[in-house]
Amino acid sequence: MEPIVETKNLRVEFRSQSSGQVKKVAVKDLNLSIRAGEVYGFLGPNGAGKTTTMNVLLGFVNATSGAAFLFGVDVREPIARQRIGYLPELTYYYKFLTAEELLCFYARIFGIPRAVADRRIDQLLKLVELDSARKRPIKTYSKGMQQRVGLAQALINNPDLLILDEPTSGLDPLGRMKVREIIQRLKNEGKTVFFSSHELGEVETVCDRVAIINQGELKVEGRVADLVEKHQANLEQIFLKIIGYQPLLSA
Amino acid sequence: MNTVLAISGVVIKELYRRKDFYVLFVLTAVITLMMGSVSFFNDAKVVRYVKEIALLMVWISALVIAIGTTARQIPAERENRTIFPLLAKPVTRWHVILGKFTGCWLACGLALFVLYLFFGVVSGSREHHWPLLNYFQAMWLQWVMLGVVVAFVLLGSVVLSAPSANATISFIVVLGILFLGRYLNQVALQQPEPLRSIVYGLYFLIPHLEWYDVRDLIIYDHHLVGWTDCGLATLYALLYMAVFLVGAWLVFRRKPLNL
Repeated sequence: MEPIVETKNLRVEFRSQSSGQVKKVAVKDLNLSIRAGEVYGFLGPNGAGKTTTMNVLLGFVNATSGAAFLFGVDVREPIARQRIGYLPELTYYYKFLTAEELLCFYARIFGIPRAVADRRIDQLLKLVELDSARKRPIKTYSKGMQQRVGLAQALINNPDLLILDEPTSGLDPLGRMKVREIIQRLKNEGKTVFFSSHELGEVETVCDRVAIINQGELKVEGRVADLVEKHQANLEQIFLKIIGYQPLLSA
Repeated sequence: MNTVLAISGVVIKELYRRKDFYVLFVLTAVITLMMGSVSFFNDAKVVRYVKEIALLMVWISALVIAIGTTARQIPAERENRTIFPLLAKPVTRWHVILGKFTGCWLACGLALFVLYLFFGVVSGSREHHWPLLNYFQAMWLQWVMLGVVVAFVLLGSVVLSAPSANATISFIVVLGILFLGRYLNQVALQQPEPLRSIVYGLYFLIPHLEWYDVRDLIIYDHHLVGWTDCGLATLYALLYMAVFLVGAWLVFRRKPLNL
C-alpha cells in the first residue's frame, strides 16, 4: 500500500543570506513512511527539526535535497494539499472574521459547495463546542477557543491526513483532553494523523507509531509498545536517553 | 477562480470592518455637502470650484484607500502568519497575489461607487441635471487607473517589507506620474544626450495615470470620451496591471516566509 506521507533522504539546510554558507542543517537525510489510518507521533526537543519537516510537507520550505510526498504526490504540487488538514502550533487566523466566516472561507478554497459547506460548518462547530460563539469575531476568543477554531478549519475538507503541530500547546487540561478525544475519534474514522508534541503521555496514549528526532536526525522509530519493551523504559525515559539528557543532580 | 474570489472576499470584509474607509467617506461627504450648500448662492463659478474640490477629495480618498489597503495585505499575512494556514491548502502564491489584487481592486471599486453616488446625488439634486454617462466614464476610468495603482503597490509590498515605506514610495510615484507624467516628453527635449533618451524612455515606460483623470467631464459638462478610447485606455491599464502582477508573483514565489 502506498504511504500517505513519505520522505526520502530529506535534507534541509538553512544558509546565511550574506555569505551563503550553511548556517544550520535542520533536517538530515530523513526517511519517513506513514501508512493510511496511522496516528504517528513526531517527537524531539525544541529545534530538533520537527516543524521544519512539517513545513517541507506543507510546501512552506523547499528541501535542499531528497524528496517528500503526500499521497504519492510531490509536496511542491499544490494538489498534494487537497486532502490534508493542518493545525499550526499557534493560531494564525483572520481575527476580524467570525468562526463561521473563517470556516466558510476555507470551505470555498477547497471548492466545497455551499450547502455541503454549511452542513459541515455546523457539524464542526458543534464538535469543537463553538456553536454558540460562531457569530463572534475570532479576536474575542480565548486561546483555547482559537485553538479549537484551528482544529475545525483543519477538518473543513474532511481530510484523509491531518498534520498537527503541537496541537495541545498552551491549552488547559480540559482543552488537551478535548483535542485528544478528537484525535482518537479521527483515528476511529480511519484518518491518518501526523502530529508533533512535547506531551509524551499524550503521545503514548494516542499514537500507533512514534519517531524521535534530534538535531535533524531520526534516532528511533517504531510502535510505542515495541519501543517500551525493547528499552525496558517508558516513552519519556526513552526520549530523554535519546536526546542525551543528563540529570542536574547526577552531574 | 474559487480560491482567488475567496481570498478577495476576505480583503473586502477587512476593508469594511476597518475604520479608515468610514473616516474618509465622512470627510468626503462633509465636503460634498458643503458643495451642496454653496449652490444655494446660485453662483455657477463657486459651484464649479467646490465641485472640483469635492471630486479632488474623491480622488485623494480613493488613492488613500487603494494604496493604504494594498500596501498592508501581503506584509500583514506574513507578520500575522495567516499565510501559513492559507498556503497549507491547495493555494499557490499566484492565487494569493491574484486574490489580494482582485480584493483590493474590487474594494476600491465599491468605495468609489459609494463616493460617486453620494457626490452625484448631492450634485444632481442641486443642479437638477443628471449626466449619468459622464459620471460613469469618470468613475470607470478612475477605477481602471486604481487597478494599475493596486497592482503597483502589490509589487511594492513583496519587495519592501515595511508597508509604510511602500505606501510612501507608492504615493510619491503615483502623484509624480499624475502631476509630471504628461510633461516628461517636453522635459526630455530640453535635455542633452544621453539624458534625453533616458527621460524619453521613462516617458514611454511609465503608466500614464494622468490620462484617466477626466474630472472635467463632470465639472464642466464636457463631451463624453469616445467609447473606443475608453476601451483602449482600459486595455492599456490591463497591460500594466498584468506586468506588475507577474512581477509581484516572480518576487513572491522566491520569498522566504519568515518561519
